[in-house]
Amino acid sequence: MSKVYDYLDERLSISELKKFAGKKTVPLHKYSFWYYWGGISLLCFLIQLVTGILLIIYYKPGPDAYNSVRSLTYDVDFGWLIRSAHSWSATIFLVSVFVHMFSVYFMKAYRKPREFGWWSGMALLILGLLFGFSGYLLPMDQLSFVATKVGLAIPENIPLVGHTIANLMRGGLEVSEITVQRFFAWHAVVLPLLYLPLLMFHLFLVQKHGNAIPPSEEDVPMEKRKSIPFFPNFILKDLAMWLVTLNAIALVASLFPPDLGKVTDPLGPAPAGVHPEWYFMSSFETLKLIGKVIPGMLGEAAGITIFTLGLVLWCLVPFFDTSSPKGRNGRYATYFGIFCLGVLLVTTLLGYVAG
Amino acid sequence: MASVGDESCQTYSGASERMSEEIMAVSPEDPGENEISRLNFIKVAVGGMCLAYAAAVGYPIYRYLNSPVQREAALSAVKDVTLAGADKLEKGAVLLFKFGPYPSMLIHHKDDSWVAFDAVCTHLGCTVQYHPEQDKIVCACHGGVYDSHTGANVSGPPPKPLTRFQIKVANGAVTVTRA
Ligand code: FES
Repeated sequence: MSKVYDYLDERLSISELKKFAGKKTVPLHKYSFWYYWGGISLLCFLIQLVTGILLIIYYKPGPDAYNSVRSLTYDVDFGWLIRSAHSWSATIFLVSVFVHMFSVYFMKAYRKPREFGWWSGMALLILGLLFGFSGYLLPMDQLSFVATKVGLAIPENIPLVGHTIANLMRGGLEVSEITVQRFFAWHAVVLPLLYLPLLMFHLFLVQKHGNAIPPSEEDVPMEKRKSIPFFPNFILKDLAMWLVTLNAIALVASLFPPDLGKVTDPLGPAPAGVHPEWYFMSSFETLKLIGKVIPGMLGEAAGITIFTLGLVLWCLVPFFDTSSPKGRNGRYATYFGIFCLGVLLVTTLLGYVAG
Repeated sequence: MASVGDESCQTYSGASERMSEEIMAVSPEDPGENEISRLNFIKVAVGGMCLAYAAAVGYPIYRYLNSPVQREAALSAVKDVTLAGADKLEKGAVLLFKFGPYPSMLIHHKDDSWVAFDAVCTHLGCTVQYHPEQDKIVCACHGGVYDSHTGANVSGPPPKPLTRFQIKVANGAVTVTRA
């Protein structure tokens, strides 16, 4: 055993890595719990990678999409479980990504020198949402068909270029099997190719700068701050969280596997109570609400503008909340965060209650 | 154990220092029997848990990947196949058909005898073909030759004769049966 270790160590300098990891510490304070959510997101992403590859083995994009998902769900041994795990892990992935994002926001971990961590994280979030949107169509059942039609109305409303963009995404004037083929290419090739290097960059930055401490901790004098070693203590705790997450996904995936709706009927009317996946519910509901105040295309445009502005502001927070630990700037950023979180939660809830 | 404790005192700070002090308190100099058996127990328990998780994740994945294999295996268990209209096959002609998942051939010889073989070459599994002019079964992959009446391997690399099936020619169909 030690011979093998020596062999590897001489060539890969494992002991240097161990020494490095041993010196690294993770701050310990009453908000430490929120440090785990990036790791949970990472685990979910890895599960998505594995289950996604497994699904590709039987999935056929294009005209056979629906039938291949049906036989995968009902004929292939444990196919329902792999599909269910992919679907549930996607949900838990986005939940943990949102928790991660808001905890980073409220701990003000986007401040110098971590701005690029914040921006790469925002880009990863947007890619994650695109993963969700493109993946949702792939089974090509009635609901996913309608949801995609509705969802594509958003790029449709971008002034001047919107129509062209929506048509290019659809591969036609209507959602069809050509759209499924395209969405599959996005979902399984383009997005992972964009996501993986960005994720590496994001993780590299976390390694480089270490965990940020919240402003409340900054008031504590240096010698009173507590920390735990990254290796093995933090890693072990991280692994424990992974185990909890894995168990949770296994539990919900086996108890509540997703159904497959009726096959898409391009001429059929939209079924009642159409609503998007929960992570688009807020924007869906907000557009609906604004539409009530400002009817017609103008309302739609106003909604999209507000969303885009909000997102831009959200991304630019490192600029208007500079590194001064206290003071007015910092407070405004916090208020803005609470406001955004509130709007997201309330509109999502409204969407479900009203829907 | 003591040396590990020392090391962590130097490199670790804060909380872990207290932790290693606790360990030292339990085992001041060298670890007692109890300490070692407890460590072994933890090792075995953690290892066992890892194995259990690997199995719980691996088993569904294996079954998932193996699903089509299993279905074909079920298919290949069929004992006979009825070829409708095959009794009209001309003399000197061949009919290729699937017996379960495997390609097979039915030959109606010029002397009015009927034979059916497994068309999978016994060498490396290429599908063989019937050459009526030479009245031989030939494998194009490495030049294996079989007797078209008995299926015996005549020349080339094939190590074994082709598997021969039983045949019942009736009015309107030929039934091929595996022994
Ligand atoms: S496979 Fe037929 S001769 Fe080699």
